[in-house]
Amino acid sequence: MRGLRVYTIFYLIFLYAPIILLPLFAFNASTIIAFPLSGFTTEWFAELWAAPAMHQALRNSLIIAVSSAVLATCLGIFAARAATRFTFPGKGPIMGLIMLPLVLPEIIVAVSLLVVLLGVGINLGMWTVILGHVLICTPFSIAILNSAFLSLDGSLEEAAYDLGETRWSTFRLITLPLIMPGIISSLLISFTISLDEFIIAFFLTGTEPTLPVYIWSQLRFPTKIPSIMALGTILVALSIVLLIIAEYYRRLGVRKTGGKDTGGFL
Amino acid sequence: MDARTRWGRFSRSEAATGLKLISPTALYALIMLAVPLAAIVAYSFLTDGYLEIIWTPTLENYAEAWGDPLYRQVMLRSLMVAGLVTLATVLLAFPVAYYVSFYVRPGRKSLWLFLITIPFWTSYLIRVFLWKVILGFNGVVNSSLMGLGIIDEPLTFILYNVNAVVITLAHAYAPFAILPIFVALEKIDRSLLEASRDLGESTFMTFWRVTLPLAMPGVVAAVLIVFIPTIGDYVTPQLVGGPEGRMIANAIQLQYLRLDNYPLGSALAVSAMLIVTAVSLIFVFLNRRFLRVKQ
Repeated sequence: MRGLRVYTIFYLIFLYAPIILLPLFAFNASTIIAFPLSGFTTEWFAELWAAPAMHQALRNSLIIAVSSAVLATCLGIFAARAATRFTFPGKGPIMGLIMLPLVLPEIIVAVSLLVVLLGVGINLGMWTVILGHVLICTPFSIAILNSAFLSLDGSLEEAAYDLGETRWSTFRLITLPLIMPGIISSLLISFTISLDEFIIAFFLTGTEPTLPVYIWSQLRFPTKIPSIMALGTILVALSIVLLIIAEYYRRLGVRKTGGKDTGGFL
Repeated sequence: MDARTRWGRFSRSEAATGLKLISPTALYALIMLAVPLAAIVAYSFLTDGYLEIIWTPTLENYAEAWGDPLYRQVMLRSLMVAGLVTLATVLLAFPVAYYVSFYVRPGRKSLWLFLITIPFWTSYLIRVFLWKVILGFNGVVNSSLMGLGIIDEPLTFILYNVNAVVITLAHAYAPFAILPIFVALEKIDRSLLEASRDLGESTFMTFWRVTLPLAMPGVVAAVLIVFIPTIGDYVTPQLVGGPEGRMIANAIQLQYLRLDNYPLGSALAVSAMLIVTAVSLIFVFLNRRFLRVKQ
């Protein structure tokens, strides 16, 4: 099946094309983002370092991403535990509603939240963005934690009950350590999603821009674009590191619970 | 007394424990998702007065959203773009999923999936912007084609139009198509394929009559996962679409953030949701034969 292999490699090149270009333009001496390249420079990284608006946006984004990741993972633990261990009336519709943001266009989530928040009279700001991001991160967190809970051997918990542990102490001593890798990868995935999310932040952020909102505002100015390429290069490097950590913990979790590795984040 | 014991029994039951456990997440989704969605449905029946909302129910917003040729054109274009993107993404992704599932050693599969997903965890805005660089007048495609002497003048039909939107979105949604198809292919019992070959079917007929029908649940999932969010994409049409590539999300954003006409914006959003739901349901209905297959 040579042909299929060659096709797959070409497809991977197509997938990686934009990411390969990013560092090329980040270190290119010309302000015009086009070929041919004109020379090597680290000027754009220096310019980035000296942009206070970018630092503020980065700080906002980090606060939002960390809060959203923690909240979404907490909500995800409740839902994944309930969905994998218990049957209860209305389970289908309830899970359907919780997982709905996975298939809902983000602009719909953004405008509907905007209407309600303004209607109630809440001022827009970082924490309104957090509300939206928790909503869209929770389904991903549940998907990851579901597989963590499913690969958990139920007899371990039963053994703990039989040996006199309470529900809570069993959860803390047995369940939590075993699903910890799932929790860590859920935190990292939610963090990455929130850090990169644009539309909801664009609608709900008010006067406190997140990093994507800042990038969006800079894309209009041709002279700012090289430093955005530099920023993009840093972000790519950072998210690859985070993903490798997340993947490491996911595999560790699979090995810990003795399951078979089926691969992938979904 | 009787009621209390019944309540007591219920509150210790499995169902009650499950409900209690899911209630924080469910309440959050109810307040932050169900209520806001209901609110935009309600808004879509109101009128935008100057600086205030007029609280008399009306169908005027829908008359405008469906009747105005401008909005109708934008809606039809969004449907067409989403359809083309879905077709391109799923057709291009299937062989990749097939290769990884059937020809890659089991120990290597997660590495391949990892390689496929990596590009998609990097800034979406910058990725879309880079497609503008690739497809632009002085872009990568034009300068390399001119450098090779294949064309004399830069191609202009690849940026600021529907083509550019389709290419960029087909790239952006690639993993969402590959992963569900891969999962469906992985579930196929390999002995069924051997049986088909033993009974004298050719490689192609085995694929056509055994593999493909069994992979259809994954294909249907891929189609829905790509089609539904694509139709509401804002960034790509805005950056690479140009004036003739605008889609429904751009119209919604314009009404909300620029013109401050929430009722009309809501009517457009609700209409888009209804159309997406209708198209998805029809698609699932047409493929119900494959979805009944027991895995």
